[in-house]
Amino acid sequence: MKFLENLGFGLRSYLAGLGLGARLFVRLVLLGRVTMRRFSLVRDQIHFLGNYSLAIIAVSGLFVGFVLSLQGYYTLQRYGSADALGLLVALSLVRELGPVVSALLFAGRAGTSLTAEIGLMKAGEQLSAMDMMAVDPIKRILAPRFWAGVITLPLLSAVFSAVGVVGGWMVGVLLIGVDEGSFWSQMQGGVDVWSDVGNGVIKSVVFGITVTFVALLQGYEAQPTPEGVSRATTRTVVVASLAVLALDFVLTAMMFSI
Amino acid sequence: MQRSKLDVLVGLFVLIGAAAILFLALKAANLLTLNFQSSYNVTARFDNIGGLKRQAAVKSAGVVVGRVDSVTFDDKTYQATVTLALQSSYKFPKDSSLKILTSGLLGEQYIGIEAGSGADNLVAGDRIQSTQSAVVLENLISQFLYNKAAEPTPAQGNK
Repeated sequence: MKFLENLGFGLRSYLAGLGLGARLFVRLVLLGRVTMRRFSLVRDQIHFLGNYSLAIIAVSGLFVGFVLSLQGYYTLQRYGSADALGLLVALSLVRELGPVVSALLFAGRAGTSLTAEIGLMKAGEQLSAMDMMAVDPIKRILAPRFWAGVITLPLLSAVFSAVGVVGGWMVGVLLIGVDEGSFWSQMQGGVDVWSDVGNGVIKSVVFGITVTFVALLQGYEAQPTPEGVSRATTRTVVVASLAVLALDFVLTAMMFSI
Repeated sequence: MQRSKLDVLVGLFVLIGAAAILFLALKAANLLTLNFQSSYNVTARFDNIGGLKRQAAVKSAGVVVGRVDSVTFDDKTYQATVTLALQSSYKFPKDSSLKILTSGLLGEQYIGIEAGSGADNLVAGDRIQSTQSAVVLENLISQFLYNKAAEPTPAQGNK
């Protein structure tokens, strides 16, 4: 009997969490127009999420480009097709690594700080105080952060891919000595604007929605204690990373199988 | 003052992101060579198209003059019907011939168009009659081996 009770309670609280998440998501999406009208709030968040993440994204992109170029050359030269190095680097970055790795970095760099900030606001009863003053905390605090994240991540992952391509060029052409002309021309012949670059951007928009929403939900749902906030922060990274990787598989299967 | 400085920083960030997308579109994907020019479609039938795909180049004298628009199979003639989208700025005579070629030994396949000498030019919807199929490496090798087996070996001739 005790077991059944526990099971029922667990299921109920799981469903309640799911319902709260779905309701919050719908509210955040519906608040898009209102939020954009008070753009100064969104701008502050873009500055916080975007400008401060730019350095880590750019440096990571550069090194991923370096490594891709080295590893790609090692494999390609076995088949005597080192000329296709540019194509390999650009396609892997634009289609896959750019959106995914920058989403994972974004979850670690920006998602955690969002969760901690909102969790601490909740723990310090700032959100309740806002409610008391008839200021809607979802509208004033969560929505600007959500939309800022959705705008920021596609830009960051574009920077990641672009810097990665330049990094691949540096190692491939300058260090290893692959012919520069074929490096770029193979890349330009094989990368399509819509089906490769465009779908990469779509992916990163979806990841932006996912990571930011998970971070906000975890902060909003956190137990209002120091321990609860720290758990919520950990959960943000775990849930957001897993969601990004799983969604990436689904999106890739949908986009590129056609 | 603080507000406007923040605006500048955020503007800079958005600018860098937009520049990155532009770089990927222009330098990596070469958006500039996408032809937004109008084109006209002509069809041709091939016995065997080998590895020809959609969007493969149509070249004349090595210059890209169009793209392969679609490849379908015709179950009446058991041939492949290839639709070519040729750029409107280039005109070819009606009796031009098509050949499926390969760039390099194992490179990707494209269609070479050789201009004929007729007076009339191709217009949209025309069908090019003279086509030459792709060279299939397996057929070539088996033909070569067959010929090798057929000819008498020099050692036997001397005896």
